[in-house]
Amino acid sequence: MTFLNDASVAARAHWQALETSPVPVFFVGTATCGLAAGAGETLAYLRAEIDAGNLQGQVVETGCLGPCSLEPLVIVHKPGVPRICFGNVGPAEMHQILKRHVLGNDPCAEWALGSLGAGSVDGMGALADHPMMRGQVRRVLANCGRIDPENIEHYLAQDGYRGFLHALEIGPEHVVDAVKQAGLRGRGGAGFPTWRKWDTCRQTPADQRYLICNADEGDPGAFMNRSLIEGDPHAILEGMLVAAFALGASKGYIYCRAEYPLALARLKVALVQMRSMGLLGERIQGSEFSFDIEIKKGAGAFVCGEETALIASIEGRRGMPQPRPPFPAVSGLWGKPTIIQNVETLANLPLILRNGPAWYAEMGTAASKGTRSFALAGKVKRTGLIEVPLGTTLRQIVEEIGGGSSDGKPIKAVQTGGPSGGCIAAEHLDLPVDYESLAQAGSIMGSGGMIVLDADTCAVDLAKYFISFTQAESCGKCPPCRVGTYAMQYLLERIAGGDGKPEDLVRLQDLAHTVARGSLCGLGQTAPNPVLTTLRYFGQEYRDHVERHQCEAFVCRAMIQHRIDAERCPGCTACVKVCPAEAISGSRGTAHVINPEACSQCGSCLSVCPPKYAAVYRISGALTRHEERAHKADAAAGQAA
Amino acid sequence: MHEGVTAMPESEATAAVAEILASYPPRREHLIPVLQEIQERQGYLSQEGVRALAVASGISENEIYGVATFYAQFRFQPPAEHTIHVCEGTACHVRGGPQLMHDFEERLNIKAGEMTPDHEFGLARVACVGCCALAPVVLVDGKVRAGMKPKQVRGLLVQLGHQGNGKAA
Repeated sequence: MTFLNDASVAARAHWQALETSPVPVFFVGTATCGLAAGAGETLAYLRAEIDAGNLQGQVVETGCLGPCSLEPLVIVHKPGVPRICFGNVGPAEMHQILKRHVLGNDPCAEWALGSLGAGSVDGMGALADHPMMRGQVRRVLANCGRIDPENIEHYLAQDGYRGFLHALEIGPEHVVDAVKQAGLRGRGGAGFPTWRKWDTCRQTPADQRYLICNADEGDPGAFMNRSLIEGDPHAILEGMLVAAFALGASKGYIYCRAEYPLALARLKVALVQMRSMGLLGERIQGSEFSFDIEIKKGAGAFVCGEETALIASIEGRRGMPQPRPPFPAVSGLWGKPTIIQNVETLANLPLILRNGPAWYAEMGTAASKGTRSFALAGKVKRTGLIEVPLGTTLRQIVEEIGGGSSDGKPIKAVQTGGPSGGCIAAEHLDLPVDYESLAQAGSIMGSGGMIVLDADTCAVDLAKYFISFTQAESCGKCPPCRVGTYAMQYLLERIAGGDGKPEDLVRLQDLAHTVARGSLCGLGQTAPNPVLTTLRYFGQEYRDHVERHQCEAFVCRAMIQHRIDAERCPGCTACVKVCPAEAISGSRGTAHVINPEACSQCGSCLSVCPPKYAAVYRISGALTRHEERAHKADAAAGQAA
Repeated sequence: MHEGVTAMPESEATAAVAEILASYPPRREHLIPVLQEIQERQGYLSQEGVRALAVASGISENEIYGVATFYAQFRFQPPAEHTIHVCEGTACHVRGGPQLMHDFEERLNIKAGEMTPDHEFGLARVACVGCCALAPVVLVDGKVRAGMKPKQVRGLLVQLGHQGNGKAA
């Protein structure tokens, strides 16, 4: 067992050397989100400057620090000055930061999010006091954005793999006990107590047990697992070691979706490092425990997030769910007891082992312990990956951490739990986020996606969106799901298309209950949630669509129309230039006209029409396309007669 | 077979499949990884490739297609020169993703899941790429473009060499 300890000592020394580096160190966030925001260009610029000898420096690529809307993020550590985190750093900003801060004495406070560590910098607060960070407790995500995920030494220097070493010392029973005392519940959605699942598995006699890490984060709007794997892969892998040791599993799989190429690449690198450190294979760290991990790349099927479907997929079959019982903990992969854990659940394990269950359980509510990461996105000012103690209210998350609505429009609802979850109306924002409270509100905690919706989001359109998703992803095994979601989609399209009938709403509700009751797996059972919750909180909006052909959010195209007020329009051609459908006619100086047949109702014209003219406007309900169509049909029928 | 595409020579497909199979133990669980590797190398799952795999692995062609068609990732015709994936995640949806899809469809004059007749452009949906905080996003040949706006659609296509103005009639 000395091997890892030695490596940790060396790793700590290397980390210390980095901390006290005589040359500036640049930590650049190059997770998928950072790269999408342009971190690659910033990185290339920085490297070129160093290579050209314009300055001395060391570059460390990290994962995501969380505030994705402020990407690219760069942390600059100039010797003798506290580390400073800068946001929205493109090559131009990087150039300024190098010139003014690194080579000069101006810390570029205008781009700084805050300083890190001891000491302070004039003109800026600490990063921990940044509005987006203040309400957070980052435990699982502690390393994300701060260490090089492809360097195991960085992880070891943060006490990495110490939780696992502790597990080896105390033995499997005590590990299960610690997890039980900590009150850890599955982070994948249902919130089942982790220790109980383990207990079932351990009590089933078997010559072979399997552990599967479910990294098939298929919920649209969720990216917690991607970020965590990209930012700190060893945290998950250490969690797998702990779980496998407790379960007596000798083989582990990571089922990761193919849409996450960077996460897959980083896992591969991390596995090689583990092997070279004696953390995988036979008799790990000289103990009796042998374990190996294999990566399975998903092939694009949402239903494979379901345990039994995931197992079928690993076995090389169509990913269709099986009836339970038997539960996988009793009979799973190739009929052997199998435990499937979500990425974040696993990443919690090293923390529990390292710091003790009491430390862990001090966060959270009576029934929901610990912290939880959420992917905060949608119509909110500060989007990104956050981590808060369970029991934090939606209002704290959306208004304090997220900074409220992004476009200044009132927040209408928060959607949690993806296609399996529901919409929680704004008047319920004081709801604490824990497993039970969300379920009572008709939603679920789910995997942690949290999409903020404002007045520009149409409840019917959102329900239609989710049902189209589940309809497309339904594996087709159970007719209530296969046919029911299709029928629901049809009704929702009809309502959104302006052809809804009053009885459609009743039918929709009936179908929702049938689908939920008649489906085998979680996909079908929860598919109606988005429809049921929007009906519950936004019933009036549905009725407006049906009765008045009005979409107050101006989303349902069949019910809206953009027009130009000829008296106000001076013919500035701004809208003509921007119209992607080339539907606007009129030359400079003459009032423009929108051809309703060609117009796709994208709203580009409205957004560019100068406020001083305010000539472009839109209507819904008063005279809609639907009615116009009806008029035309009537007129045509009259002519024919 | 997709029109206008020359079939892959039988021998070539067989050789490639044999090479890929050699690196996997002959177990059913490796069917999906093998299919993924075939697609990675050849761009798609050709009829010849699947036939060769069936012969070499002893799994019937029917069974292979059964598995492959279940998963959204597998293609059965060669991909276009440039593929644009419009993200349909929830965050992208509420921040203008559907409008982007609509505009790409109009400009390219094809529907999602189709390819232009000259095989230059393919348009597809992707459920979510996990860049929700930067929505709406599109993937251009696998590279994420964050915060796309409808007015950038035309420029993006021109940049990729799109000729016609592709206005829908």
